[in-house]
Amino acid sequence: MFPASFDYAKATSVADAISILSSVDDAKLLAGGHSLLPLMKLRLASPSMIVDIGSLTDLSYIEDKGDYVAIGALTRHHDVQNSHLLKSAVPILPYVASKVGDPAVRHRGTIGGSISHGDGASDLPAAVLALDAKLVLTGLRGERVVPASEFFVGFLETVLGSDELLTEIRVPKFSGGWSFQKFNRRAQDWAIVGVVAVNNGHTRISLINMGPTPLRATAVEAALADGASIEVASGRASDGLDPPSDLNASSDYRRHLAEVLVKRALAEALG
Amino acid sequence: MTILETGSSERVTGKRLLRREDPELLTGEAKFVDDIVRQDALYMALLRSPMAHARIVAVDTAIAKHMPEVFAVMTGAELKSDWFAPMPCAWPVTGEMKNPPHYPVAADVVKYVGDIVAVVLASNKVAAIDALAAIDVKYEELPVIVDLEDALANKELVHPELGTNTSYVWKLEPDKSKVDQAFASAVHVVKSRYVQQRLLPSAMEPRGVLVVPQLYGSEYTIYSSTQIPHILKIMLSLTVGISEAKLRVIAPAVGGGFGSKLNVYSEEVLALTLARKFHRPVRWTEERSEGALATIHGRGQIQEIELAAEADGRLKAVRVNLIADMGGYLQLLTPGVPLLGGFLYHGLYDVPAYSFTCTGVFTNKTPTDAYRGAGRPEATFAIERSMDSLARKVGIDPAEIRRINFIPPEKFPYPSAPGLVFDSGNYLPNLEQGLEKVGYAQIRAQQQIKRSDGSKKHLGVGISCYVEMCGLAPSKVLGSLSYSAGGWESATIRILPTSKVQVVTGTAPHGQGHETSWSMIVADRLGISPDDIEVLHSDTAIAPYGLDTYGSRSLAVGGSAVYLATEKVLEKAKLIAAHHLEVAAEDLSYKDGSFAVKGSPDKVMLLSSVAFEAFTAHNLPEGLEPNLEATVTWDPPNFTFPFGTHIAVVEVDEETGETELLRYVSIDDVGNQINPMIVEGQIEGGIAQGVAQALFEEAIYDGSGNLLNTTFLEYLVPSASEFPSFELGNTVTPSPTNPLGAKGVGEAGCIASPPAVINAIVDALSVFGIEHIDMPASPEKVWSAIHLSGGNSR
Repeated sequence: MFPASFDYAKATSVADAISILSSVDDAKLLAGGHSLLPLMKLRLASPSMIVDIGSLTDLSYIEDKGDYVAIGALTRHHDVQNSHLLKSAVPILPYVASKVGDPAVRHRGTIGGSISHGDGASDLPAAVLALDAKLVLTGLRGERVVPASEFFVGFLETVLGSDELLTEIRVPKFSGGWSFQKFNRRAQDWAIVGVVAVNNGHTRISLINMGPTPLRATAVEAALADGASIEVASGRASDGLDPPSDLNASSDYRRHLAEVLVKRALAEALG
Repeated sequence: MTILETGSSERVTGKRLLRREDPELLTGEAKFVDDIVRQDALYMALLRSPMAHARIVAVDTAIAKHMPEVFAVMTGAELKSDWFAPMPCAWPVTGEMKNPPHYPVAADVVKYVGDIVAVVLASNKVAAIDALAAIDVKYEELPVIVDLEDALANKELVHPELGTNTSYVWKLEPDKSKVDQAFASAVHVVKSRYVQQRLLPSAMEPRGVLVVPQLYGSEYTIYSSTQIPHILKIMLSLTVGISEAKLRVIAPAVGGGFGSKLNVYSEEVLALTLARKFHRPVRWTEERSEGALATIHGRGQIQEIELAAEADGRLKAVRVNLIADMGGYLQLLTPGVPLLGGFLYHGLYDVPAYSFTCTGVFTNKTPTDAYRGAGRPEATFAIERSMDSLARKVGIDPAEIRRINFIPPEKFPYPSAPGLVFDSGNYLPNLEQGLEKVGYAQIRAQQQIKRSDGSKKHLGVGISCYVEMCGLAPSKVLGSLSYSAGGWESATIRILPTSKVQVVTGTAPHGQGHETSWSMIVADRLGISPDDIEVLHSDTAIAPYGLDTYGSRSLAVGGSAVYLATEKVLEKAKLIAAHHLEVAAEDLSYKDGSFAVKGSPDKVMLLSSVAFEAFTAHNLPEGLEPNLEATVTWDPPNFTFPFGTHIAVVEVDEETGETELLRYVSIDDVGNQINPMIVEGQIEGGIAQGVAQALFEEAIYDGSGNLLNTTFLEYLVPSASEFPSFELGNTVTPSPTNPLGAKGVGEAGCIASPPAVINAIVDALSVFGIEHIDMPASPEKVWSAIHLSGGNSR
């Protein structure tokens, strides 16, 4: 399990990182390394250059911005998990962060890295999707702000440009009910299926590991908006979805789990 | 509690002494094979077959040979003249057993995914691994056998030259007519089929080997992550063709084995062969995913078990038919492993008639061999699952079916129908203690309440009573089973001139804490501090005789040898003390490091003075040799038979199929305990490993013979988060067959726990009419079973 050989650069600032990214073909950012390095060791990724942004500590912060909380992209899961501000303003986010991997992973992995990786099986991308967060992307031409609903486009694919860097996650505050249902066989594993539900006037539900990207359970949301019961609405959890089959679960079992977990999530979030 | 004779006014044995091994392990100071620095070593990397069964048409190594840092690239064909003998199998279980010759690198045909096809030596590890990718192999696919019943059908053959996939048929049927008669006249017959899935042993430290040739000579030091330095030395000598006197094997710190390092592997033979060929040190460390293919697998059986019982549930006979997966070749003990369970399918029940047949078949998969429990977890699973089925059929509680069938205490030593003699046992109080500790009656009541409340979470409780055989001795019995080694163990005790003590043991600890326990045994007998005792092991130059560590044998056999050698050296010391005190030896008593004349307590001689006298040899009794040293090689008169009761309490979520292990109670009887903390550590680890088989782990092959889960992402070794705190208790029934009264504990936990968990799940699911769930009982499997049952609780 050795990665193929690669060049390495340590970025001294966001601008420096962007400048390197824009000048090298096939460069990859290294933050906590918990998504990229395993892929490189399995040689599923062989970037020509690694741009290490691990020392850009000015990207690690959690700040109150009035109606939203701004989270620096290099904030570690452990810090999200233990933030007093987030616990009171967006309590679901620290809870979701507390279920990512194990303590070692949470001390290294970063929220920005997890979201940029865009894995449909990861917890935090689905959480920012349900929370309707906005993502600040910084590139050569300055900043742009993209809603989470437009960020994830395909399997490990996002709208991030090759010379762009996710710098901040803006999470709206909310005081309604919420639920995070993570079904796995071992505590440190990815979810076989997971559900994030938030209810702030209307209900938003996202699904983990039910497709190539984090997904909104739009059929359930629509049914609820039409006044359907939790029981009926959750029966539509996998409508239009084609979840993967793997050693942990068949596609059919995932569909079933999605229904059960959406039902439980709604009971908790709306209860 | 203990029957040991002590020379100490305060007992050391029975105390929870911290392990002296731990500080260096916990601080990272311990040196494993891969930590040993040799600047001039060549790194070995192995190209492994991606095909389960194929002819090697061509191997092109031209590019790889010219890559930077690459020293040599060799194919099986090129290495043919370097082999001396095929890889060893030390357990030809029958005279007709088929054992196709097997060399470290395949030359013509590969038999499983992972079979070695070519080898690279390079000056660093990365260069060696990179060169593998540059080797081009052309294969011609051959038919693949994955399934055991397909193998038995012989439509396609793993080894066509044998004309069959069956390696052997082994039968243990002392009285066939008695068995037939019992089944013909039985009121209840329960017939079940169980699958023992393949498991990956997953020791914390992967395997590794470093062979260092002597610079100007012909001697070799082999550092290996092995459980068996002594057996490995003999086998390497016979396999590679180097005089045993020229080989020294050292097992440095070894990070677990669970049986997977009780073997002689191609990589060890290859490293020695290449070190000889090139006269350079050669090293190899397994990668984790490589190990999934290259290290032996455990279990891999299909079991058919039938019980014949009277109307009240009393057992009359047990009949077992086993198909055991050998894999592509026979490794060191492959054929014998299922037979270690073959004597125990009647469990701890008084069964008059017994029949056991095992058919070992070849498949195109990694070879199987000993994995923690080796045959006994499989036997325990079959009988304990069947006992629950029988209880249901008879209409009595699972606890009651066990009570009425236990071998009663007055029948010990108990001659079993399969032909063993159980040393000692008292099963009923052990079961009752377990039922009491778990609150069995209250759990049953709670279960009724939950059921009548219509809860979708179903409570289940499962009992597993087990007996196993440990010690793997006496030698003559092993001989009668065609096992090619003895069952004795050797120990030497030296009391040094400054009265510090050296213990040399032939056991090879790899996590068991022998240094701690052996020092406690000696400290107790000599009445000195364990800190004054050094324990040496796992180096054939320091401990020349030994049979190593496996089969829960080390304490019962090796610890007994240590105890007896201490007695022997004390006898010699007594002669010297008697000489100096001018009394007869029998007039001396010994306590706390000092000899005293009986009746004259002021006439004493310290052991330290005796030790110095023995060393200077200025004034010794006529004819007595200088120095205080004694060696004992102990060959026990019988196996030992630990037993116990394990009870699992689970909650099964009907909607997801998820099983939560709520509680786990175990009452184990391992005879006398030297260090209860170490005993509990063994039991807890064993329970976790057995629960892992019941709920999590399985080596999954596809139809083409590819192992699908070669990483810990997909092969689900559970962690502490997946378990409740285990609730341990014990009873103590000393073994009469060794001076320590010890029975052995290394495997008990994983022998007992799989059926406890599955019995609990099936108990929970009985409301759906479900009678069995195959291991591992994954959420999807359980959910599917509920789904298929119609999902209506009755």
